[in-house]
Amino acid sequence: MSAPVITGLGVVAPNGQDREAWWRATLDGTSGLGRISRFDPERYPVRVAGEATKFDPAAHAPQRLVSETDAMTQYAFAATNEALADAAVVPDDFADLDMAVITANSSGGVEFGQRELQKLYSEGPQAVGAYMSIAWFYAATTGQLSIRHGMRGPCGVLCSEQAGGLDALAQTRRVLAKGTRLVLSGGTDASLSPYGLVCQLSNGRLSEEHRPERAYVPFDSGASGYVPGEGGAIFVVESREDARARGVERIYAEVSGYAATFDPRPGSGRPPGLRRAVELALADASLAPEDVDVVFADGYGVPELDRQEAEALAAVFGPEAVPVTVPKTMTGRLYAGGAALDVAAAALALRDQVIPPSVNVRPDPEHRLDLVVDRPRETRLRTALVLSRGYGGFNAAVVLRAV
Amino acid sequence: MSANMTFDDLKAVMSRCTGDVDDLTPDKLDAAFTDIGYDSLAVLEIASQIQREYSLQIPDEAIEGMQSPQAVIDYVNASLAAV
Repeated sequence: MSAPVITGLGVVAPNGQDREAWWRATLDGTSGLGRISRFDPERYPVRVAGEATKFDPAAHAPQRLVSETDAMTQYAFAATNEALADAAVVPDDFADLDMAVITANSSGGVEFGQRELQKLYSEGPQAVGAYMSIAWFYAATTGQLSIRHGMRGPCGVLCSEQAGGLDALAQTRRVLAKGTRLVLSGGTDASLSPYGLVCQLSNGRLSEEHRPERAYVPFDSGASGYVPGEGGAIFVVESREDARARGVERIYAEVSGYAATFDPRPGSGRPPGLRRAVELALADASLAPEDVDVVFADGYGVPELDRQEAEALAAVFGPEAVPVTVPKTMTGRLYAGGAALDVAAAALALRDQVIPPSVNVRPDPEHRLDLVVDRPRETRLRTALVLSRGYGGFNAAVVLRAV
Repeated sequence: MSANMTFDDLKAVMSRCTGDVDDLTPDKLDAAFTDIGYDSLAVLEIASQIQREYSLQIPDEAIEGMQSPQAVIDYVNASLAAV
């Protein structure tokens, strides 16, 4: 079969509760970062996050499902509704085994889990709800979507920290090649409860800057870590032939290439794996570096990691040779939802022929990047590269092409 | 708490577990939980809530036997009468 195509998109993000609201905010450079409001962060070193505070779960799923799920899954309910409507998918038109759900997850349902664990140690085991047994698992979102939409094909969940959103697309491509007709792919995460935040602190990469506009500035000489965020994106992915056959009006993009690499152990002296991921993804797409019109960079915001990414980009593309952007400067890093949201941004960039900006960043000239800052850049776009890295050594790259 | 569980009492318990019970009407008393949209976890959650609210110990085997709303009410009332 030819490369799979994305025919539907749904989004929940800190700076927009649905696809088009988020995309407008993203093009406008409207940030969703702010002081944490879920709880009083005064006693925590990290005070800034990208919260999806205006999200109303009951608007997207029956109360029964809201009661038994964590926010991460509720975001996926909303994004899935939007993606299915966008792609004009009627699940009843498909056999249940021909449809699958493959999401990425990194944080699990930590807010739900925290609530039940607090009941456990304050009131005892009897007080813990039965849904604790499923709501906080990595696979909870995939399972709930599979049940809700009757999609019983080869479902799965990818757990590769912040690279997962791209790895889920790769697994999607694999099952489509084996005959599955339609896949819900992407990822959502919601890790901003106190317990969720404390779990993240141990990686040492979170920004302790308290000013939202300075807290997450990848490639800036003032970069001091990243801001966590919540939300993500869900896609409808199918073969181009199937999409055409059922009369799909708009194909956002083709998933032309993918690669994943793993970093060598610290101290090995070998180079990090990101550059190789880029090169392998381009080779997989049968494209040359000069074919790439825009790079959605990972943009970790950790100085050493920014340097590694800038070096990889300069090595593959040449210094300042390709426009680069980090729209996640407006949302924070959404864990498994982050790369998924970047794929959504790349798809809409191809649709609208415009590169969304990175905000609050003054790129360090030493990085030799053509970073699109503050304002969107209108230009001819045919091919986009999306990069993502996850804690522990994960690297992934996806090439999207307009069709 | 009355020493007897009525249909409305069960509905109240279920509403505290899962929120939405508008569809639960008396004609569904004998319907299988699985037919009215409550999976085994939902029944476990309902039983767990009853244990807390009615101070009952419900063994796992009894929960497995709770196939319908009426079966829950019958079990609870029999247990309350035995106390």
